[in-house]
Parts: sequence; C-alpha cells; structure tokens
Amino acid sequence: MIVKFFKHTDDTDLHRLIKSAFICFICVICVLSCRKEIEIPFPEEEPITNPEFTSIQGFYLLNEGNMGNNKSTLDYFDYEKGTYTRNIYADANPSVPKELGDVGNDLAIYGSKLYAVINRSNKIEVMDAQTAKRIGQIEIPNGRYIKFHSGFAYVTSYAGPVQSNPNHQQIGYVAKIDTASLQIVDQCLVGFQPDGLAIANGKIYVANSGGYLSPNYENTVSVIEVASFKETKRITVAANLNRVCADKHGNIWVNTRGDYYQTSSKLYCMDSKTDQLIDSVNIVASNFYLDDDKLYVIGVKWSNVTMSNEINYGVVDVVSKQIISNKFITDGSDAEIRMPYGITVNPLTKDIYVTDARNYVTPGALYCFDKEGKRKWDVRTGDIPGHFAFIGKF
Amino acid sequence: MSLLKSAKICVICVICVPFSLYAQSDTTKVHEINEVIITTTQRNEVIPAQRLSGEELQRLSSLSIADAIRYFSGIQIKDFGGIGGLKTVDIRSMGTNHVGVFYDGIQLGNAQNGQIDLGKFSLDNMEEIALYNGQRTEIFQPATDFASAGAIYLQTRRPTFEGDKKSNVRALFRTGSFGLVNPSILWEQQNETRPISTTFNAEYLYATGKYKFRYRRVFPDGTVAWDTTAIRQNGDIQAFRLESGLFGTASKIIWNAKVYFYNSERGIPGAIVNNVWKNAQRQWDRNFFTQTSLTAPIHRRYELLARFKYANNYLRYLNPDTTLMHIDNHFTQQEIFACFANKVKVYKSWELSLATDFQWNTLQASMRNFAQPERYTTLVALATAFNIWRIKTQASVVGTFIHDKVKAPISSNSNHQEFTPALFISCKPVRKEEFHIRAFYKRGFRMPTFNDLYYTDIGNTALQPERATQYNLGLQYTKPFKKGILENLTLKTDVYYNEITDKIIAVPKGSGQFRWMMMNIGFVKIRGIDAMAQFNWKFPHDIRLQTHLNYTYQKAQDFSDPTDHDPVFGTWGGQIPYIPWHSGSFVLKFSYKTYELNYCFIYVGERYHSSSNIRANYEQPWYTHDLSLGKTFCFKKWNFKISAEINNIFNQQYEVVLNYPMPGTNFRVILKFEI
Repeated sequence: MIVKFFKHTDDTDLHRLIKSAFICFICVICVLSCRKEIEIPFPEEEPITNPEFTSIQGFYLLNEGNMGNNKSTLDYFDYEKGTYTRNIYADANPSVPKELGDVGNDLAIYGSKLYAVINRSNKIEVMDAQTAKRIGQIEIPNGRYIKFHSGFAYVTSYAGPVQSNPNHQQIGYVAKIDTASLQIVDQCLVGFQPDGLAIANGKIYVANSGGYLSPNYENTVSVIEVASFKETKRITVAANLNRVCADKHGNIWVNTRGDYYQTSSKLYCMDSKTDQLIDSVNIVASNFYLDDDKLYVIGVKWSNVTMSNEINYGVVDVVSKQIISNKFITDGSDAEIRMPYGITVNPLTKDIYVTDARNYVTPGALYCFDKEGKRKWDVRTGDIPGHFAFIGKF
Repeated sequence: MSLLKSAKICVICVICVPFSLYAQSDTTKVHEINEVIITTTQRNEVIPAQRLSGEELQRLSSLSIADAIRYFSGIQIKDFGGIGGLKTVDIRSMGTNHVGVFYDGIQLGNAQNGQIDLGKFSLDNMEEIALYNGQRTEIFQPATDFASAGAIYLQTRRPTFEGDKKSNVRALFRTGSFGLVNPSILWEQQNETRPISTTFNAEYLYATGKYKFRYRRVFPDGTVAWDTTAIRQNGDIQAFRLESGLFGTASKIIWNAKVYFYNSERGIPGAIVNNVWKNAQRQWDRNFFTQTSLTAPIHRRYELLARFKYANNYLRYLNPDTTLMHIDNHFTQQEIFACFANKVKVYKSWELSLATDFQWNTLQASMRNFAQPERYTTLVALATAFNIWRIKTQASVVGTFIHDKVKAPISSNSNHQEFTPALFISCKPVRKEEFHIRAFYKRGFRMPTFNDLYYTDIGNTALQPERATQYNLGLQYTKPFKKGILENLTLKTDVYYNEITDKIIAVPKGSGQFRWMMMNIGFVKIRGIDAMAQFNWKFPHDIRLQTHLNYTYQKAQDFSDPTDHDPVFGTWGGQIPYIPWHSGSFVLKFSYKTYELNYCFIYVGERYHSSSNIRANYEQPWYTHDLSLGKTFCFKKWNFKISAEINNIFNQQYEVVLNYPMPGTNFRVILKFEI
C-alpha cells in the first residue's frame, strides 16, 4: 500500500528513495529474523589423570542443579581412560525433552541399571548403567533417596497424603519398586519428610526429617519390616534427621542437621537387633560415606560469630564409635573447598572423592584425594555436584 | 444515560473522598485523585530524561508499563512471561533494588523485597513515562527523589479540557490473544464554578494467560533431536483497578489528591522443567494508596512543596502443589510518607532547596517467628542549582537516617545513616546549536530489604547497605530543519562506569540444602554505552515518519569472588547474570491522515544466566518484531479509534528468564471511544 501510494507522487527522487529504503528495511527484518537453532548439550571430555585399571571402570556423578533451572546433569569419570566427561545425559538420550531434569537428589546402580532420583521432576530416571541410555522413568513426586534389596528399589518421598489440619502437614512414604518391571508395587507411610534410608537385618530404616515443619522437626527413625512392608516401630533419635547407613556390624548410623540455631548437627548410632539408640558421636555431619569400618564425615556449620562456615573432615571408626581423625584431607588443599557437599570412597583403591558445591549457583568441583589425604586431581563439574555411583565389580 | 448518571454520582463521591478519607482511613471504597499541574512549560532539568508520552505511548504495542519501558536504552527487563508474569526493571545493571519507581511524584515502596512489578501498572491512564539515570535533576522535589541510583517516573493523565469543554469521557476496550478482556473507562470533569477538576478511571483485566510455546533442540548437523509444543498453564490473571483524582488551584496554590486501588488474583506459571509442564502456585495482591500534593509559591523567591501518602499492600502467596512444600503466606505492608520541600531563589540563576521526608514502613507476615519489622526513615536533601553562562550545574547531598525495630525473635533496634552526594553538569558550548555535553557523578545506596534482614532463617541483621557509584559522560544534539523532508533529528550518547560495592548476595550457609545467608560480599563493575538517534520526517500529503533507534552496550563484570578465577569456569570477571553485552530497539512510526502504522523491533543479545560464562549457562539472543495499525474516525463530537496489533510476528520462541517461555505471535485489537 505504501509503495503503491508513492507511485502517484510527482517527486520521483523521493519516491525512489522511499521505495528503496522500504525494500532495504524489509530485507533487514528478514535477515534479522532467522536465528540459530539451539543444539542439544554435548558432553565435554577432559583428560584428568593417568589411566587406572581395577575392576571398577568408573563412576557417575549427579549434579543437582538449582531448583527451577532444570540443570541436573550427569558426569562420568572413566578410570581406564583417566578422563572426566561432563553432561553425558543429553548425548546418550538426545530425544528426551528438557534432558535429565530439575534437582537430582540421589544416584545409584543396581544390577545393570542406573537410577537417578530427580526431585523436582517428580521422577526416577532409569538408565542403562553402561551407556546411560534411558530405559524408563518411574513417577515419584518429591522423591529423595533410593536403596535396593532383593530385586526391589525403595525410595523415600515427601509427597504422601496431606493431613486435614490447618497446616496441611504431609506425611511421607517409602515406595517399593520392582526393578524388573519398573512398577511401583507398594507404598508404606512413614513420618514427615523422610530422607535417607538403609536396609539391614530384614528391616528398612528411614530418617524422618520433618524439614517442612521447621522449627518443630521430626525426630524419629521409622522401622519397616521388609517382608510385610509395614512400619513396625519408631525410634526416637534427635531433631531433623538426614542420612542413614548400615555398617557390617549391625549398626545403623544416622546424622541430624540440627536446628540451625542452638542444636548442632550430630551423628547417632542404633542397633539393628534391638532397634535401640545405642550411641552418639559429637561431630558435625552434613554428609558421610561408609567405607569398610571407616565413616568419612564432612561437616559444615554456620557460625554466627565469624559469619562464615566452619568445615570439618572427620573419620569415625564404626567399631570403636570414636573419631579417629579430624582431618582426612592432609595436604591443606581443603582450603580451596568452599562448600563440601558430596563424598565417596573408591572401595578398592580407597581414593577419597569430595565435591565442592561452591556457592550453589556456579559450576562446582570434584576433588580426588589418595588414601593418605593428598590431592591427586580436581575437575570442574556441573552445578551442585552431590551424588556418586561406581560402576564395576567391588 | 444511566451510565452518565452513575458516573456523576461517582464524581460526587470522589470530591468528598479526600475529606472523608482522613476521618476513616479504613474505608474500603476506592477512589483516587490525580496530580498537580506542575510547571508544565519548561523543564528545568540539567540532564533530560528518556521519555515516552501521550499519543506516542499509546501507539507502542504495550499493555503494561514494563512493555513500554523496553524501548528505553540502558535498561533490562526481567520478564517471566505472559500478562500476569513478574516484570522488573534494572537500570544500567545496578540491580532492580536501585531503581526508584515514582507514581505521580511519590515513590512506590516495597520494603519487603525492594522490587516493583511493573507489569501491574497499566498504560491505560498514563500520560508520560520518564527514565532518569542518576536522578531527576530538578531541585524542587522530595528528598527520596535524590536518593535512588536510577528512577522511573510514571505520570498519570492530568485533566485538560479543550475549548469550552467541561468533561472528557474515554472508553477503551482491548481484547486478543491469551483470552484477554480489558475494558476501561476514564471520566474527567471540570467544576462549573471553581478551578477544580476531577478524574475517575476504572479498569478491569482478565486473561486466561494461555499460549502455545515450543521447545526444540537439534543435533549439530541440524536434524531435530526433540521438538515439543505445549500450552502455558496457570498464567491466568484477573485484576481490577480504580483510580480517582482531584486537581485544583486556589490563589496560586496548586494541589491534587488521589486514591488508587488495585486488586488481583493470578496464577504463577512457574518454570518449565523436565516432567513438569505446569504449576499451581497462586498470588493475590491488594494495593491501596492515597496521596496528596501541594505546591505554593509563597513569595517570588520562595516556593513550598508538601506531599503525603498512605499505602497498604496485601499479598498472599499460595502453593497448593502437593509435590512441594505447602505454603500459604500472607503479607501486609504499610507505609506513611510525608514530605516538605522548600526552594529559594537566591539569585536569578541560583536556587537552593531543602527537602525533608519522613517515611514509616512496616511488614506483617503469617509466618512463624516472623520479625515484624518496622522502619522509620528520615531523609534530608540539600540541593542547589546554579546556571552560569551556558553551563547548568546541580549539586545535592542526601542524608538518610534509618531506624529499624524488630519484634521477633527478640525485640531489637538498629540504626543506619548514610550521606550521598551527587553532582550534575551540563554545558552548551555553541550558542546557536542545541548541542549539550553533560556529566554526572553520583553515589547512592539501597538499604537491605526486610527480606534481606529478617526473613526467617536467611535474613542477616548485620547487613550493611549496598552501595552504587556512578560516573557518566554524555552528548546530546538536537537539530530542527526548516526545509526538506527531515523535520528534526536528535542524537544522544552516554558512556558510563558504575560500581556496586557491598552487593547483597546469598551465600550458602551451614549444612543442609538451600540454606542461605544474605551477605555484603558482591562487587560489580559496569561499563556501558547508551546511544539513541531519532529522526522526524515530514513528507508531502500529510505523511509523517518517525524513526527511533536505541542501542546499549554493557560490560557488567562480577568481581565478587577473587578465588574463583578459573579462566573457563570462574565467575571472576564474568558478565553478571542476564545482562546482554548488546541490546537495542528500533521503532518506526508512520502516519498518513487518520491512519497510523507502527513497527517495533527489540533485540537482546547473548547473555549468560550465571556469572560463570560457560556454554551450559548460555542464553541465546532474542528479538521480536511488533506491528500495529490504527485508524481514527470522527463522528460529530465523538472520536473513535480502532487499532490492531500483531506482536512477535515471526513467532520467535524465546526466554528472557531460563525456563520461562515467552509467547509467540500474538494479537490484540483495541477500540477507543472519546467524547
């Protein structure tokens, strides 16, 4: 219409000018309007260390990512190549929309499958342990931790029935999943906001945190009989329970996060024969990993005096129930670690792996220490690296 | 006719309101009153603002203030998408808490989190939007106007009556994509006998907020890896706004009063993540304020300004989603503001002003252990404007005295005081040319918000204010042409350097996930260029064309953590989140007799959503093309206008904020009726 209009004007120069300007303008718009397509994230492989040949081929590391960012990613360390590869999920599963998901919370290998509990994506991602290729997904809302026992996976979830009280308190549950069919076969209600769990002596021990009830946290461990899959007992421990592990001497270890004010984080020990609380260790325990008889503990405690985090790296002997070391990182490189978050130990070489979540919003780091606590290598990871799963025989 | 009748009743109510309001401030009826007819002729600013006003504002394809502000240079809008989505503005990368938003001359406060959602403010009755870097360089204003690092002034319509008209009525109806239904009515009436006029404005907004969005990823060779289209859910909004104003003059005293009421319910559409394609969170807002303003030229050398405001804002946030923690929080904020400013003309070209503001803020919340903070703020601003030769200068210093009181967990008090200076200079080196060189230096700060200080668990009462220092140097050239098709041109450019020190950022705290502590540890250096060019063309046959080009370059580097200096992953020196290096806009306005055609292009260049500028944090550039066509009709004394808009013509699928998809192509039809 505009161009046509100018045909009737006498001023031909003007007409030509406008017309060419108009055409140029349309061309510019068209050029500006094409945009590059977004490629799927590709894995970033980095040589890190010398190859090492044991019956453990490697490990997966699950990065949690911040809530709403959809940036939970899977990394892989290959012992036989000495390489670290970030973000392998999208490469293995390029057709999955929005990749692995939002906030990874736990990772484990059972049989030939790799299980990732993706909390905010309300699912468990089930992958082939060798290739990380997707096998299926199990819908678990607000899932937390996973453990396995004779062909079944047990997963804690916060999202049980909502009670009809003004506070809308919500009981958590443990889901029982058939690892062959990947179907949920049963559910067992437990306490409020169940987190870690451990299986020993035919019983499942579930730490009820009551995290949504702050400051009136839960303080019990639910005991579920594996055979009947019914809750049989509650063991009162302390407020805000977090993770659980079972040692080979029949002890169940559980840590509390404390109430972040007066009560500090601590480690407790229960007896799985009597289901009684038998001991406690006065150590700040944010996360721990049991290797053989050694419980490697990392603790982060906020100090209102120094306005900074006080960090400890301790080792507890599960037989004597005593702290046998206050510093499993011995070469001073712990000074570089801002926010220790995940921990594991290679069961064969006894190398210690500690992740640094830094400020939670930037890429974290993974540190490898030998059994003497000397740094071997470190590498950058995804956001909030937290959970490990070894692949191989051990 | 019944409409007219009821409108008359409304007007009567409105006139009575300002008087009855003080007697019963708990009145739930809302009316409002407008603003003073402040010195409209010549602006006495040292550095002029970027402005959008009147017809120009109406012609942009915009629904809210946030949409219109995108056309300014030096700003970034954080837009969570849709009609009801949160939209905040950041001036020159200093952070949204450093932006003061002024509604009819008085600052809109949010002591809770310091953010003003510009998506909530309608363009319906807006007369002008102005953006100032530094501050508004007029000395006769409240002390708060000197206090923020950047300011946006929203000026609602002041009634003017053409010829011997005594009333104006305007009805507007917008509809279009997202299930939008948006009627509004504006009524302005001049009192028959006294120099008083009243305005009344009501608007209703409803939208389902549903729109299609598409995510698509390809392999490096270009073949599709996955491609998903879904409908944005839970983006519905229902909002009702009422504003009423009284304007008057009495023996040189100019005064006005206004009442504002806004009530809304909306869904919070939330982030789209794997396996979660819709969310359920809801938000309710109820905002009320009443304000008055008065200027009195007591003497030819002495003028006085007084302003008063009371605001009551209620917010409810509900998370009913059982896969997340149940949250049902209610917040009520109250504010009282009073200002008293004086201006003395010492000499012809030398003016002095002293302004004193008092402000009271409080926040109540339904949360356990909530601090219930109260804040008393006193601001004193001393300013002077001095014009000599062709140089204009303005200097000001603001003293801010803050007293905070907290009831829980233990009752405590704290005090803060700050002095912040500013200096603005503008010079016109050539007498006959409208060529100006300007520069400013300003120090400012923002107080930690109530959330920063007292939010249960994360708050840190030891927080210090976050400081901003700005240096700016700029040029402006305006040239009118008597001959030829080019009527006039304006060129403007500014270079600036800003430093944000003691920036308040969240730091992980203790054991356990997502526990934070707010601390003063951030440090950001911002270097930028703003450039603007505007050309007005006049062709034969009553054809007019205006072209407007804006460009912004910003290098906003994060220097918070010296230990994080890894060359690839490190945040040290990295561009701060969501700030593009390049951004700009292009607007073309074409009119021919009663037709008008507008084209707008907005470009936001590549960014990262974290200071760690790695590929995993990369955000693609986005750009949208909007087109609108309007036609005006006259029938007797009635004016009609119909316009149609098509936004995001090329249906670009983009995100301003990670995982918050924006709408693709959308349409709007606007019918306007004026008498």
